[in-house]
Amino acid sequence: MKVSLFITCLGDAIYPRVGEAMVRVLAKYGIALDFPRIQTCCGQPAFNSGYWKEARASALTLLDAFEDSDFVISPSGSCTGMIHHYPKLFEDDPVQRERALKLQAKSYEFAQFLVNVLGVTDVGATFPRKVTYHPSCHGTRLLGVKDEPMALMRHVKGLEFIPLPFAEDCCGFGGTFAVKMADISGAMVTEKADHVKETEAEVLVGLDMACLMNIAGNLRYRNEPVRVMHLAELLAEGANLA
Amino acid sequence: MSATGAAHPSVKERAELALNDEFLRKAVKFTTERLRNGKKNASADHGNWDEWRERGRQIRLHTIAHLDYYLNLFVENARANGVHVHFADTGEEAVRISLDIAERKSAKSVVKSKSMVSEELHLNHALETIGVEAIETDLGEYIIQLAGEMPSHIVIPAIHKNRYQIADLLSEVAGERLEADTTVLAGFVRKKLREKFLEADIGMTGCNFAIAETGSMVLFENEGNARMVTTVPKTQITLMGMERIIPSFEDLEVMATLLPRSATGQKLTMYMSGISGPRRSDDADGPDEMHIIIVDNGRSLQLGDPEFQELLNCIRCGACLNACPVYRHIGGHAYGSTYSGPIGAVLTPALNKNIAEWDDIANASSLCGACYEACPVKIPLHEMLIYLRRRKVESGHGNKLEAAGMKGFAVLMANASRLRAILALGKIGQKLVVRKGEIRTKIGPLKGWNSYRVTPSLPRASFRDRWATLDQEIRHGLQELNPEMQRRLENAVKQRQQGGGAGHGGH
Repeated sequence: MKVSLFITCLGDAIYPRVGEAMVRVLAKYGIALDFPRIQTCCGQPAFNSGYWKEARASALTLLDAFEDSDFVISPSGSCTGMIHHYPKLFEDDPVQRERALKLQAKSYEFAQFLVNVLGVTDVGATFPRKVTYHPSCHGTRLLGVKDEPMALMRHVKGLEFIPLPFAEDCCGFGGTFAVKMADISGAMVTEKADHVKETEAEVLVGLDMACLMNIAGNLRYRNEPVRVMHLAELLAEGANLA
Repeated sequence: MSATGAAHPSVKERAELALNDEFLRKAVKFTTERLRNGKKNASADHGNWDEWRERGRQIRLHTIAHLDYYLNLFVENARANGVHVHFADTGEEAVRISLDIAERKSAKSVVKSKSMVSEELHLNHALETIGVEAIETDLGEYIIQLAGEMPSHIVIPAIHKNRYQIADLLSEVAGERLEADTTVLAGFVRKKLREKFLEADIGMTGCNFAIAETGSMVLFENEGNARMVTTVPKTQITLMGMERIIPSFEDLEVMATLLPRSATGQKLTMYMSGISGPRRSDDADGPDEMHIIIVDNGRSLQLGDPEFQELLNCIRCGACLNACPVYRHIGGHAYGSTYSGPIGAVLTPALNKNIAEWDDIANASSLCGACYEACPVKIPLHEMLIYLRRRKVESGHGNKLEAAGMKGFAVLMANASRLRAILALGKIGQKLVVRKGEIRTKIGPLKGWNSYRVTPSLPRASFRDRWATLDQEIRHGLQELNPEMQRRLENAVKQRQQGGGAGHGGH
């Protein structure tokens, strides 16, 4: 079985610690992740802005990179969600479309893979902190990853879970939206961070570093001392794998 | 038409106004939250919501796929009931037909119940130009008419106003200071409108659903004003979008389940009226003459367009507005047209076939998908927004700077070694702006982002750079794959092969 890591461009360039945590958590179960170096970005920034030709150039690196993989695991529901758009992106190219469908069928977000495929809900972690959780829009709405992270957190010893008010509201990232509509996005992330503050949680976790970079950036801007981390990091740290 | 539209041509500028209006933001948040929670509770109480959503979607898909057939059936039956049916290809034509009727009737005043189509046509203004007074009788519509504004919400037109602002508007009409108490204000409007109903020559309505098998039109409302509009005046004019059709009263059961719950969280609105023609000789009330104007105005452009035909499935419940986190912060006027929120952001450019002019409202979305999730007939608005953006780029109307940036993106991302090289450069370049591991500068492309956030710096080594060491370390102490997990992995692969496609996640 070849289980491959789709690191995502953000995970590669800015948050290598998240990919490392994923690698360590899965190694605990005897899975050595494979990392095809020819992968780049899922193409979402171009796709969402309407530049599909450019998106295809990027998407092709993923089709090539994971051709022989049995499973493709990413730390982002949004980037895995983008793979679900590939059949549409390549709708006029029967050869690539076929490859796109195959990649879609074997692509999973991290928590989705851990819980639904491996059947793991208890990684044996202890994390005695007040934790709140932001469910990222694409992971929950497009991939349907809702209960999986809850199940994983429920089994972490000592973790005190505090629900985030208006959790399902978008954090305002939206890729180029945050740049093009900076003030609307700013209003959204400010409100999201207000809600995080309201919980008085010490830690904010999520399953998507883009959203977390956005929220963490605002918390940091306001000098709020909330620690922001991917669920994979929390699990790795809690299980002393880090 | 709106106070905000012409002076502020871009959604960005209009949004700016809204973002600086604390009253507006508070009012919009307060009411959309109430409606959104109402819908959540009502759909949970219903117990079988997703199945009914699918039924609703199927009814709409079927009807729109056979719209020519059902429209003909509806028109035949309505005519047999004694209704004068008119077709209007454009907004101008619909206005002209309405004005002709008003002139023929020598009408001096028209009372109107809520109709988004009439807002789309800017009909009140047109009636004024021929000296006919048009009075909105839905409370929210009445308020924005007094304020000289467009509706800022499909269902709650004055959602952006609080009761103090409303008291100011109504006090001016009353000629005395009215208390900012909702009962007092509603009481005043009720008395005022009662006079108007009795004077009116024409009653004008919208149409929630038109039933093909009987030629009937159905109205959902809470205030009873549509009842007055359709029973008191001698002439009735109903404006309906050509896509309002459903085949039968049986289908109405599904729609009547979906619409009020999605719009306001009600199981049913206070009034639901089915009207099948003018007054018959033994009817106690009703108009002597009834007209239905069926309006196209860009709707038929969506027929046969695989990416946008589903837009015609919309039942105008407003649930997507209430769920939208962008609408929550900027309200409806920022969208600059009659229809606002996610549905407006797609519908306005689609109806106008003018991607260049309206492109920017398609950008006013983070593509979070809350609209799709809220939609009772499952219209994929979040995907349509992307299609609009793509059509704009493909027609050559894309922003030049962005287009150049995306070309650069494609060059970099088509090849991992180029990506790696640029990251190495970035690590050197960022030294100019990184302070204590963070970037706080507000110049250049980081201005918008860093006005609300701090940007993380690139770490010393990317994941790619660390991989060889990490991989070696992991493989060194790796234990045997647990047989249970081996079995699970094999099962997943087997299921996938049997299913033939994407078996997990997605919609």
